[in-house]
Amino acid sequence: MSIGFFLQQPFAQHALLAATLVAITSGLIGPFVVTRGMAFAVHGTAELAFTGAAAGLLIANNPVAGALIGSLVVAALIATLGARQRERDSAIGAILAFGMGIGILLLGYYRGFATAATNILFGNIFGVSGSQLLVLVVIGAVVVAVMGTWYRPLLFASVDPEVAAARGVPVRGLGLVFLLVLALTVTGAAQVVGTLLVLSLAITPAAAAQRLSANPRRVAALSILFAVIAADGGLLASFEASNVKASVFITSISFGIYLLARLVGPAVREQHHHDHGHDHHPSPTAGPHPG
Amino acid sequence: MSDGAAVTLRGATLRFGHHAVWENLDLDVTPGECLAILGPNGSGKTTLLQVLLGLLPLTAGAVSIDGHPPRRGSPAVGYVPQQHAFDRDLPVRGRDLVQFGLDGHRRGLPRTRSRQVDAAVAAVGATAYAGAPIGQLSGGEQQRLRIAQALVGEPRLLLCDEPLLSLDPSSQQEVVSLINQYRQTRGATVVFVTHELNPVVRVVDRVLYVASGRWAAGSTEDVMTTETLSALYGAHIDVIRVHDRLVVVGGEGPGGIGTHHFDAEPADARLDHDHHHPHGGPHRR
Repeated sequence: MSIGFFLQQPFAQHALLAATLVAITSGLIGPFVVTRGMAFAVHGTAELAFTGAAAGLLIANNPVAGALIGSLVVAALIATLGARQRERDSAIGAILAFGMGIGILLLGYYRGFATAATNILFGNIFGVSGSQLLVLVVIGAVVVAVMGTWYRPLLFASVDPEVAAARGVPVRGLGLVFLLVLALTVTGAAQVVGTLLVLSLAITPAAAAQRLSANPRRVAALSILFAVIAADGGLLASFEASNVKASVFITSISFGIYLLARLVGPAVREQHHHDHGHDHHPSPTAGPHPG
Repeated sequence: MSDGAAVTLRGATLRFGHHAVWENLDLDVTPGECLAILGPNGSGKTTLLQVLLGLLPLTAGAVSIDGHPPRRGSPAVGYVPQQHAFDRDLPVRGRDLVQFGLDGHRRGLPRTRSRQVDAAVAAVGATAYAGAPIGQLSGGEQQRLRIAQALVGEPRLLLCDEPLLSLDPSSQQEVVSLINQYRQTRGATVVFVTHELNPVVRVVDRVLYVASGRWAAGSTEDVMTTETLSALYGAHIDVIRVHDRLVVVGGEGPGGIGTHHFDAEPADARLDHDHHHPHGGPHRR
């Protein structure tokens, strides 16, 4: 069956809408995840979203709500256990391993559809119900609103925390806000690509964008664009090859863009500079002995 | 509080638990003055700046800036931090760093073009490389942009925390010149936290030396003496003049006299080889 046929179907339209929304939020937070060195935090949050989803599935047959609660709990744990990055990463590792174990235990008790477990791990956007879709829309709207409001001070705090604090930016508070936004985004992304593959939307597009530009606005735009191309492209491709999960295509497209960006990046990113290298700059204000 | 002082400290005391960082500090910095805060590592120089930035409250005593208590993010105060390495692929350009100094604390999306930023970048002679990723610039280039970042909001008080650290001597001189130029044209007050007095000695009006919880303030000639520093440290300290440079030598500690002890900091000397050649010399980073 062709893509054209699928695009007539409400379930496919819903899936595309959800994927686009998730991609926009993931692409939006991606540059901050990279800048703040939080790749492992994203992965940890996603793994624990798995535990939450398994619990949600078992208790209320609602993996989305479970994943949401799970990732919010993790965000709170990360915030309390690890302030510094090294401490944070080891705390996340400890929580992640334990949480995954609990998740597997919970799934062992689940007597529903056998595919439910793999859907949590590897995503199945077509399995998302209308009400869950609504949850995703609300999550997406919250993430976009928060990021749109705090983008500039959050970037300042991420890049240059010392001066940001001196300039009156609530650096620690914004860090907590970002953890919450991250938890929400991860919950959404897990529905599309699965908890195991969240990084393909939350990191890879931003990493690719950073190879191409150092302009914060352009990096944000490219990161969102790449995430949307990967998510929607992967979904459309899965209409054609229905025996392959959409997440396979999404991760592949995402990685392809990343490779391409790495390849052409050096040429594109450097084109705006002059050839200053490491030489000394003579300047009108230079000291008495300018090199 | 005396009228018209840019910075006033009265009985200012800071303790962490039972440890007194400094006690009963009294100081008036007059508008347009350049003050160097000196002392060994851990003597509370940076914490004093944090107090002035409104990031840390005093344990006792009073502090005011332009007659008001310090306030976080006050537009009247500019801040230049230590040079530190940025990631090479950080998605931020030099000019974005300067832009942050203007509006980084405001909500919304980042702005990318502004005439004020262009002017601030030009004023420090960084126009040629302001569009390059910040992580790919040299330490000296980054510090110039730092100064543009601190000055773009046209502060009346500029606080600098070891702005010369890890810079080669000619970059140090450029940074000092830029800051002094701003001070002179705007009548701004400048406070340098540093443990190397020599690079700033020609622009400094007064010195505040903190050590072992004690302090001394006055002109360079008054404070940087064998008697004053020995009294501060409670141990014999030699202050020697070699040509136009001050050399502070602690009683104990490794290293030979006059080889490494050019810092305004006695005892265990930092071994900083390049800096013995004040006039150029090799400045590889």
